Amino acid sequence: MDIPIPQTVFYLFSFIMVAAAIMVITVRNPVYAALFLVLTFFSAAAIWLLLEAEFLAIVLVVVYVGAVMVLFLFVVMMLDINLAPLKEGFVSYLPVGIAVALLMAAEMLVVVWTRDRFGPEIYPVPAAAEAGTSNTAALGELLYTNFLLPFEIAGVILLVAIVSAVTLTLRKRSGVRSQSPSHQVRVKRDERVRLVDIASESPDGRSD
Amino acid sequence: MLDALLELAWIVIKILAICVPLILTVAYFTYAERKVIGFMQVRMGPNRVGFPLPFIKRFHLLGLGQPFADVVKLLLKEIILPENANKFLFVLAPVMAIAPAFAAWAVVPFSDTMVLADINAGLLYILAMTSLGVYGIIIAGWASNSKYAFLGAMRSAAQIVSYEIAMGFALVGVLIMSGTLNLSEIVNAQRGGVFDWFWWPLLPLFVIYFISGVAETNRAPFDMAEGESEIVAGFHVEYSGAAFAVFFLAEYANMILIACLTSLLFVGGWLSPFAGVPLLGDTILGTDGIFWLLAKTAFFMFMFLWLRATFPRYRYDQVMRLGWKVFVPITIVWILVAALLIMLGVVVRGS
Repeated sequence: MDIPIPQTVFYLFSFIMVAAAIMVITVRNPVYAALFLVLTFFSAAAIWLLLEAEFLAIVLVVVYVGAVMVLFLFVVMMLDINLAPLKEGFVSYLPVGIAVALLMAAEMLVVVWTRDRFGPEIYPVPAAAEAGTSNTAALGELLYTNFLLPFEIAGVILLVAIVSAVTLTLRKRSGVRSQSPSHQVRVKRDERVRLVDIASESPDGRSD
Repeated sequence: MLDALLELAWIVIKILAICVPLILTVAYFTYAERKVIGFMQVRMGPNRVGFPLPFIKRFHLLGLGQPFADVVKLLLKEIILPENANKFLFVLAPVMAIAPAFAAWAVVPFSDTMVLADINAGLLYILAMTSLGVYGIIIAGWASNSKYAFLGAMRSAAQIVSYEIAMGFALVGVLIMSGTLNLSEIVNAQRGGVFDWFWWPLLPLFVIYFISGVAETNRAPFDMAEGESEIVAGFHVEYSGAAFAVFFLAEYANMILIACLTSLLFVGGWLSPFAGVPLLGDTILGTDGIFWLLAKTAFFMFMFLWLRATFPRYRYDQVMRLGWKVFVPITIVWILVAALLIMLGVVVRGS
């Protein structure tokens, strides 16, 4: 019996990914939910590796698993969320929720459900890349030549997001005693210590 | 089918050939730490435990048996599960700490031909793996159901995420200099003399990379996550026995990894420092080989101990200030400088 390894790996990781994604929204404990989301990202990265997109796969792990989800976990653990009040409005929000879900499903179907636009005939399997091609280099070349403008615009948008996040959270607080390290290291001994000559004395009050 | 199995077995043997020496190195790194810090503080360090030898009674041998005594002690101790701890995550956390610490070694080249997985995105893979170690720590802190452990985990998470940025930027500098993400090619791009190694053109990034490495592994003077004086032992305060030993193993494996990476990325890996020197270059000292990598790694491992014995612990806000306000700006500026050095032809790759 010959097992097709890529297919097996693909179905294994797809199964894990879908199962973990379902767990993210069904599990009660928010910390578990965040950890299942990490598992989902990992499985997605594995599937990307299978597509020989090693740069995207590893960057997904670095950015989402290594940084974003750590901050998520950080917040979720600190909040100690009580689920009961969160579920109070469930029935009243249900119609709107269902409507939005149906709309999203319809939109996805419009894209996916067209028989002649999707499938192995339309998108044939690309030829396997030669050994030694680095898709990091290929991506970099494309980003900095053909797609330079969109890339730079995306960068600027992210910068704006960073600046606005900082301005939203930055506040001047009065009465804070903070240190200025550059001031601290510039300090001279003379400013802090005063050496005084004092004549020594002996116990019987006689100075010498 | 048999061929596939044989190949698999061969890969497993290679993995063991990396992991077993690594674990032994960790064992003797703990011994070295206690000895080195002992000598720096005019003490003896461990000097009692030796190996049981036939005919020779009480053979102390400078306490060289100490790591094994520690291992046996830790393995035989009871693992205590705290009340109301999340049992599953409590047990899972040490595994999540150690798995990336070992997995990262898969792409580390030990010499020109000695590498387990010679992948094109090796540097990125390393960055990904080192950033995963934090999960073990925060999950341990949360699952323990202890304030001290949780505080330690929070500190550690914030610290690791912050220093990863400086670390990543330092790696970008190396990437610009070498023009590749493949670790073997990065070392080969440093071929030449001592001043062709990247530590010289990337001096600020080299220093920042190593210091960030110390911060990432939660070592003194950045061991806020443990902070004995305030939060007892930080994230692993509730752990005992083998589970504690696994955390310990992960921390030391990470330190060795950082030391090894620093020597690969900045000081020429397995390249000999005497390669171009007239007289010495013709002797065995002039040949490249794994022993140079091991020597350089050992030096940086010693640096970890040296730093620990020398500096007092940082205050937490100062740790954050150093990471964000000092290291990140310097790295950004030096990436520009590195790009200019390459563009203007001041530094030629692999000369």
